[in-house]
Amino acid sequence: MSKDIRIKKGLDIKLVGVAEKNTTKSSQSSVYAVKPEDFHGITPKLVAKEGADVKAGDTLFYSKSDERILFPSPVSGKVTEVIRGARRKVLAVKIAADTTQVYKDFGTKDADAMSAEEVKNHLLASGCWPFVKQRPYDVVANPNQAPKAIFISAYASAPLAADLEYTLAGKEAELQAAITAVSKLTEGLVHVSVGANTTSPLANLKGIELHKVSGPHPSGNVGTQIAKLDPINKGEVVWVITPQDLVVIGELLLTGKLNVSRTVALTGSQFSKPAYVTAISGASIADVTANNLNDDNTRIISGNVLSGKEVKADEFLGYYDNQITAIPEGDDYEFFGWNKPIFNKISTSRALTFSWLTPKKKYDLNTNTNGEHRAFVVTGSYEEVFPLDIYPMQLLKAFMYKDLDEMEALGGYEVAPEDFALTEFVCVSKQPHQKIIREGLDLMREELG
Amino acid sequence: MSLKQNLHNLKEKYKGTKMAPAFNAIHTFLYLPNEVTHVGGTHIKAADDLKRTMNIVIMALIPCLLFGMFNAGYQHYAAIDNSLRADVLANFFTFDNLWIGIIKVLPLVIVSYGVGLLVEFIFAVIKGHEVEEGYLVTGMLVPLIVPVDTPLWMLSVAVVFGVVIGKEVFGGTGMNILNPALTIRAFLFFAYPTWMSGDKVWVYDAVNRTGTADAISGETILGSYAQNQEVMYSTFDKFMGFIPGSVGETSTFLILIGAAILIFTKIGSWRIILSAFVGAAVMGLIFNQVVAADIITESSKFYGLMNTVWWEHLTIGGLAFGAVFMATDPVTGSQTNKGKWIYGFLIGFISIMIRVFNPAYPEGVFLAILLMNVFAPTIDHYVVQGNVKKRLNRTKVKTA
Repeated sequence: MSKDIRIKKGLDIKLVGVAEKNTTKSSQSSVYAVKPEDFHGITPKLVAKEGADVKAGDTLFYSKSDERILFPSPVSGKVTEVIRGARRKVLAVKIAADTTQVYKDFGTKDADAMSAEEVKNHLLASGCWPFVKQRPYDVVANPNQAPKAIFISAYASAPLAADLEYTLAGKEAELQAAITAVSKLTEGLVHVSVGANTTSPLANLKGIELHKVSGPHPSGNVGTQIAKLDPINKGEVVWVITPQDLVVIGELLLTGKLNVSRTVALTGSQFSKPAYVTAISGASIADVTANNLNDDNTRIISGNVLSGKEVKADEFLGYYDNQITAIPEGDDYEFFGWNKPIFNKISTSRALTFSWLTPKKKYDLNTNTNGEHRAFVVTGSYEEVFPLDIYPMQLLKAFMYKDLDEMEALGGYEVAPEDFALTEFVCVSKQPHQKIIREGLDLMREELG
Repeated sequence: MSLKQNLHNLKEKYKGTKMAPAFNAIHTFLYLPNEVTHVGGTHIKAADDLKRTMNIVIMALIPCLLFGMFNAGYQHYAAIDNSLRADVLANFFTFDNLWIGIIKVLPLVIVSYGVGLLVEFIFAVIKGHEVEEGYLVTGMLVPLIVPVDTPLWMLSVAVVFGVVIGKEVFGGTGMNILNPALTIRAFLFFAYPTWMSGDKVWVYDAVNRTGTADAISGETILGSYAQNQEVMYSTFDKFMGFIPGSVGETSTFLILIGAAILIFTKIGSWRIILSAFVGAAVMGLIFNQVVAADIITESSKFYGLMNTVWWEHLTIGGLAFGAVFMATDPVTGSQTNKGKWIYGFLIGFISIMIRVFNPAYPEGVFLAILLMNVFAPTIDHYVVQGNVKKRLNRTKVKTA
């Protein structure tokens, strides 16, 4: 089998507001927050009480289902507030940061000399375990299972995604240490995917199976790569780690400190100067985007436009995110918008839409749905942007009517919500595909384990 | 205040009331709504919606409609004075012809839309869902697939039946099993057979003149063939559509232009269209061979249609129209790409089979499509099972 991944089905969504390659350090936020909802499927048990002093790396809460999985504070400071929602569900733990950061010392480690058990325990104890996510179900990995392989996608194909070659440049030592450590967690291979013509810092690491990826989005989605290289069968588990999280793990091993700062791309047409900033996970959006954002009727997204989360300026950067996107809200009517020729929006059809004439043009899309929600009608359009060997509409319908046998048989173990982001984008009936998949996966996880 | 603001205020006023769907249907017709993307999904969406999709189909049908209006008049006058056929092009695009179209065809369109949309609005208000766009296309298809002399009351009854039984009882657009337009056509055919077949109804006024000194023939080509008679139309006439038939089905040329629009815009499935034509050609060829092998002789009642050259089958009757505009309905057709090949092929194949063997009515396209509508989920089931098997085999290889 060829080691390269080449896909044809998909769609590159080109938007205005690519981040320029210069990085500034964002002013340190006064308040940070960790939101349990960033860790899907985790029920938090609070450790840190309001008013407690914490160091960077101290546990804020742990998982109710497995108390070894710890969720650390990204900064040192004082826990000021635990925000709760309905039924006292923990929504966020807020920390007021100290001016000088103090790190909890986990001790330096030599990854080569560690055993699998030691690596696992170290990641758990240091609060790095949440970086390890698993497929099926796209949740934080279960440490009791053995993955058949580990997948790392260092090729970002999502709209306006941060250029990982740029953001990870110079991090070879950290990446190598992390790879050496996590490769002990699997009997199988550690698959690393990079772009076709790349100078990626991951390309020359040892102990990996390197793959070159080419083709339109979702070629960079780790789900696509898993499907092409080693698809998940019933009963199998693979683990997934993002390269920017590997850097954190690597730094932990080399220095003993948990430093969850990362280079974040500020992208989208509503930034006056789209560029990169360094910020710590959980930083306040207002601080990271200060003096750069046109916040008049703007949708701010932690993540990319396809699968990111909407945040307000007084909310916080998502735990895993290395991108903030800001695009105009589209809450306006458009006269005869459904039948006039369209030049300023993207479409995969040619139904008086003309984006097929200008494949290189960058578009300034807003959040308008461009139509109302309908039952599934059109067929064949999802398949054009969906590279997995799965029938997307049939799987979505099975997920909607919750037939567990069919969900399993049609490929439910192989998908994550983000795999259905493009089909949701092109959906003529404006169905919420990612939500359907997320709810279906939760049901499968509950019923089938 | 602008129209936009006024309508927005009205929408807020009607929100949550029974009349909201009816109001929204009109509002969203004028303005693309101000709805923005929801939590947990993509933040941007492609430009296409269902209204735009349906609109393209209607635009692809307009040439057929306009041609059908002229043809209604042309067939009427040519039946009275056969010499008009000598120079078709000079005598076709005349105002007299168009006038017949205006008084005969346009009312069919108006009644079809009026009655159908009324039923849709009533259901939307009762069930509290939005008025869906499916009927925009159905309403245009229906007048194009009925004989020009169809009484308007009959059409109304059929439309009510078709929309209610063909679609709404299943839950509306996207949920129906049978193509609503063909359900309407089938209802007309089985409820009023004398009006839907025979040698009169296809030409305006032929029915009224029956038994008088001015009697004219309204026979279709298929009708003539079925009775083993010669036809007087040239291949050019058949292809361009200067022949009697249902309002919009006659011009294969314009139907192919419509097909080109549907395929280019990616609205219609080229797989279904192509495979339907292939299926029909194959069946036609088989029948030709049967005749060539002398299995069927001139004395047989099937001889006329079986002896029709295979490619001629593609240009006469409703085959082209059915293949391009009816079989491609994504809701009732096969939904998988592999399934679409099988589905289309069988539609063409069975159409010609029914056309030849049906003793009462020498056309089978609508029956073939309705039949395949019923089998489309079965076809898809087996196609999808192939994918499921592949997945299961993957595990077996591993464990073996």
